[in-house]
Amino acid sequence: METSVKSKKLTPGKVAVDIVLFLLAVFFIFPLYWIITGSFKDRVAVNANPPVWFPTAPTLDNYQRLFDNPALLWLGNTVLMAVAAMALTCLTAAMAGYVLAKKRFPGRALIFSIMICAMALPKQVILIPLLKEMSFLGLHDTLWAVILPTVGWPFGIFLMKQFSETIPGEMIEAARIDGAGEIRTFVSIILPMVTPGLGALAIFTFINSWNDYFLQLIMLNSRNSLTISLGIAKIQAEMSNDYGLIMAGAALAAIPIIAVFLAFQKYFTQGIAMGAVKG
Amino acid sequence: MASKTKAAAAKGGEVLTYNQGTFRNSALVRQQTLAAYLFMLPALFFFVLFVVVPMVMCLVTSFFDYRMGKPLTFVGLAQYVKMFQDPTFLKALQNTFILVIVAVPAVTAFSLWVSSVVYQFSAFKRSFFRCIFYLPVVTGTVAVAVVWKWMFNKYTGLINYVLGATGIIHENISWLGDARFALGCIILILFTTSIGQPIVLYIAALGNVDPSLIDAAEVDGANNFQVFWQIKWPQIMPTTLYILVITTINTFQCYALIQLLTSGGPNHATDTIMYYIYYQAFKLNDYGYGDAMGVVLAIIIAVLSAIQFKVTGSGATD
Repeated sequence: METSVKSKKLTPGKVAVDIVLFLLAVFFIFPLYWIITGSFKDRVAVNANPPVWFPTAPTLDNYQRLFDNPALLWLGNTVLMAVAAMALTCLTAAMAGYVLAKKRFPGRALIFSIMICAMALPKQVILIPLLKEMSFLGLHDTLWAVILPTVGWPFGIFLMKQFSETIPGEMIEAARIDGAGEIRTFVSIILPMVTPGLGALAIFTFINSWNDYFLQLIMLNSRNSLTISLGIAKIQAEMSNDYGLIMAGAALAAIPIIAVFLAFQKYFTQGIAMGAVKG
Repeated sequence: MASKTKAAAAKGGEVLTYNQGTFRNSALVRQQTLAAYLFMLPALFFFVLFVVVPMVMCLVTSFFDYRMGKPLTFVGLAQYVKMFQDPTFLKALQNTFILVIVAVPAVTAFSLWVSSVVYQFSAFKRSFFRCIFYLPVVTGTVAVAVVWKWMFNKYTGLINYVLGATGIIHENISWLGDARFALGCIILILFTTSIGQPIVLYIAALGNVDPSLIDAAEVDGANNFQVFWQIKWPQIMPTTLYILVITTINTFQCYALIQLLTSGGPNHATDTIMYYIYYQAFKLNDYGYGDAMGVVLAIIIAVLSAIQFKVTGSGATD
């Protein structure tokens, strides 16, 4: 991917750019550092002035108090929600993206246009009617109320259509001539070919669902059905100056999702780029 | 039927699965069509039920007086008229536009600068910086908001300490509680959580610029500045456009940071449209009014996206 051979000479301009970039990196990573170190500080260290840059006497007290709240239950809810949203989105989007890219049927263009238009609209605007709908369906305050709208959002279909278009039609044709049915063609020919796209969509949906605070806020409210994001917000609202506890909660919310991101970031960055550049 | 679809296929330049083989009878076409619908069905089910239906409901209820515990009455455009006489709505509209006007160009220009430096690095360094700038996005709004709220705290916050210790300020500032600074603080945090995706997109787009064009320009004696504006900029224009649109949409929907950091205060200084919609709908239970504001927000976003397409699109062909 490297372009032309660049000269390796160091010029003052290049050094200045490197320094600025380094300082920016520090600035972007610092909030995370402050969350993690803050979560190990005792009450004195948290409120100290000048601030304690690094907790020399780390304490687990904040985490103990965090787990006195049902923080592990909140974390479990969040994982369940994100995994279910991810699995359902991948399945439905892979199927729909494939036929939108590779089959002609009446209404195809219309369906795709409506999906594109919907994606251009602000999805938070529909949260009021969505809440009414979930209450009507009896799903309000259950994890389904946050899973189903995530699955309905057409970005995944759009992304999988992009990836499916790269499949050669001859392969599908060959499978059909060999007598493979529609489902077998999809499972054994299509799915293996769109795996990179599916990987991107999976990680993208997982992270988005995990972090969709607004949707969770509207849909979930009883103490035992909260997600970790809502739990932290609740703790912050109730004990706004207990920063050690709040940082422990923030760490518990952030570390798992950052770990997932780092593990699968190759898929993730590919997918974002693919969805836009080819779109 | 078969010849018609074949003509359509030739026009679209795509390979169709059902008119390539030896069978061209309508039974096969019917079977293929049925299969296509069955494959679409699950996605359509969720899309229609949880996106299309609420969108239609949002539009319809915006013409009604729709409050908790009151009968639904048709009021025509009254909600829309009320909106433009509501000083708090107008203030929220103004704040939202300030956010967009400051954040969107800043995010786009900054991410373009970072990407044009970073994309020339080795794969490892490139990946490293991409991760760093994406970190605030992955960390999640709530975790980001609570740590910034602490850093902005008047008494125990790091920012007052650093600015005080370096002599920039002489007494502690209540950053989020002061109408002069609160919106600026929100913009700063919004900025850190908004540049991750544009950077990923720009790095990918710059990597796709045809290197032979750059080489040719350099051989012809073009300097870095000319190479950028003459070669790279036109080629990454679709990406720029996409970034402008998604950043605008996301900034218009800024809600969580406001709710977590200032709750729209002090004295509506940091209300955004999105925050005010949910204040009306969920604090005051005035759903019809909230939906009407939602419709206006959707229209504003649609118009701005169209303008950006037109302006940036025509600029690319000049």
